[in-house]
Amino acid sequence: MMESEQTEQTTPGQISRRNFLKMGMGALGAAALLELGGAGLLYLQPRETADAFGKVIQAGPVDSFPTGSVTEFRNGRFFLVRGQSGGFLAVYRRCPHLGCNVNWLPEENHFHCPCHAARFDEFGDLESPPVPRPLDTFPVVIQDGQVTVDTSRRQQREQFAPEQLAYAA
Amino acid sequence: MMPEKTTSWAEERSQMRAAATNAILHLHPTRVPAAALRFAYTWGLGGMSATLATLLILTGVLLQFRYDATIEGAYTSIQLLESQVQFGALVRAVHHWSANLLVVTVFLHLLRVFFTGGFKRDRATNWVIGLILLLTVLAFNFTGYLLPWDQLAYWAATVSTSLISYIPLVGTAVSNFILGGTEIGQNTLRNFYALHVAVLPVILIAILSYHFWRIRRDGGISQPESVRQGGLRLTTIPHLVRREAAVAAALIAGILIWSMAFPAPLGELANPVLSPNPAKAAWYFLGLQELLLHMHPLAAMSLVSIVLVGLVLLPRWDRHAGDIGVYFRSRRGRIAAIVGAVLGLQIVPILVIVDEFWLDWAVLFPNQPAFVVDGLLPLALTLLGLATIYGGLRRLLRADHSEALVGLFTFVMVSLVMLTAVGVYFRGANMVLLWPW
Repeated sequence: MMESEQTEQTTPGQISRRNFLKMGMGALGAAALLELGGAGLLYLQPRETADAFGKVIQAGPVDSFPTGSVTEFRNGRFFLVRGQSGGFLAVYRRCPHLGCNVNWLPEENHFHCPCHAARFDEFGDLESPPVPRPLDTFPVVIQDGQVTVDTSRRQQREQFAPEQLAYAA
Repeated sequence: MMPEKTTSWAEERSQMRAAATNAILHLHPTRVPAAALRFAYTWGLGGMSATLATLLILTGVLLQFRYDATIEGAYTSIQLLESQVQFGALVRAVHHWSANLLVVTVFLHLLRVFFTGGFKRDRATNWVIGLILLLTVLAFNFTGYLLPWDQLAYWAATVSTSLISYIPLVGTAVSNFILGGTEIGQNTLRNFYALHVAVLPVILIAILSYHFWRIRRDGGISQPESVRQGGLRLTTIPHLVRREAAVAAALIAGILIWSMAFPAPLGELANPVLSPNPAKAAWYFLGLQELLLHMHPLAAMSLVSIVLVGLVLLPRWDRHAGDIGVYFRSRRGRIAAIVGAVLGLQIVPILVIVDEFWLDWAVLFPNQPAFVVDGLLPLALTLLGLATIYGGLRRLLRADHSEALVGLFTFVMVSLVMLTAVGVYFRGANMVLLWPW
């Protein structure tokens, strides 16, 4: 074996046949591993479930929500907030900190997360750290006196602003 | 037809004994130092962990026959197991309590190995292997915790997987991958089940076998140089094996009695609409959850990562090999450990109370972004505190590098225990700090 290696003449800068084949095998092996890894990831990737969350929800007539009220829609996973000005805001109930559901405490006038004691005001704006941002919202549309909320389009925000409220036209 | 040559009962017995001896001597050397047999040196913690792992595999296989990994059937199958299946409640209780106790024994095993310098020199590899095993045990507990599909399981998994999404850039993708979707559901249960009963056991058995083999290759458990050179050596059979069997038997008996007295808990059926109040992770993750009350999630995870990397690099960091096999390295090392422990016992509760009632970074630094105020600042202060403790031990106690690390390590571990205790006992509804009795 040693002799045959010695007979292989290579000039500097050239690759011997043996090394070329070794490199080729290595490259093929790496390609195979990549393919297997990629195929594995694709095989295990998140699956869409048929009853995935998110659709347009008919919340009800505008007049059924008094100003300064917070109404929970459990299956829709949001709170419909109507401010003193009469504007609507749909607040997603999932705490942006670690994913627990916030509770509305009417006597204290704020949302409270049971996992890490985070507090949010009635518009979902954060009051205490360590939460990174206010509660997310869903777009509210008011047509012909009916309030609809689209829970398939979740919106993140940096802080609360009055423009986020939706009003009856 | 009778076989041509019959072996007598006595011969058969001696052959079986030879086979058993052979198996034992594959695991252990033929002779061990008498000092290494002392219970107060190892506390039998590695052996206990191995015993618990065996119990877990046996009861785990039994549970698989009765468990239904669907979100409709999981909870009911556990209820049936508890109420209808003969010995079902006992099997589940043994599995539950063994899993909880295993977290304790592997943690104590880690402490023992650290304090006797069992990570130094040749044992550096096995130290890292041990850390991987620790993470494997935690992964087992984490995936197993979801399977009963009760309220505790559902919300603990929600909190833990939300944590993953804070990893920069890839966090959300990784979280969705583990969950099999954007939120916990059937796909998550199936993923966790496959990991718990197929992937992790293979990993555990492979790595654990290597862990055992390395102990023998590295010359048995760590011992002082004086013991290794001279000193009385005893045969493994019966001296070591008898002790191991006694510890294992006592442990199994204890687990059985405990499991008969205290069945494994089962909360209410998982309800994605209603978070329990307070919603707590499993107790062994409550130290981390407590940390999250005080820091930005990224800062808390960075801190945990820094401690983990420190543990992995420990054999390179502390190369002083003269004190292998001596508890706390030396007299001064022992004092350093006591100082570290006392500091941890004091500082952690004080900081928790101060942060809960008085400290408000946002008021002190009103114009800084939340990430800096809540994340970078507490992280930097914590690391500064750790550096101060190390420096203080070096300077005031005149400890050498190895001894000062003993103090620092003790402080970190006691702090972890204290944070966990605060999370378990002192957090009530809305995660408010309260006195538990």
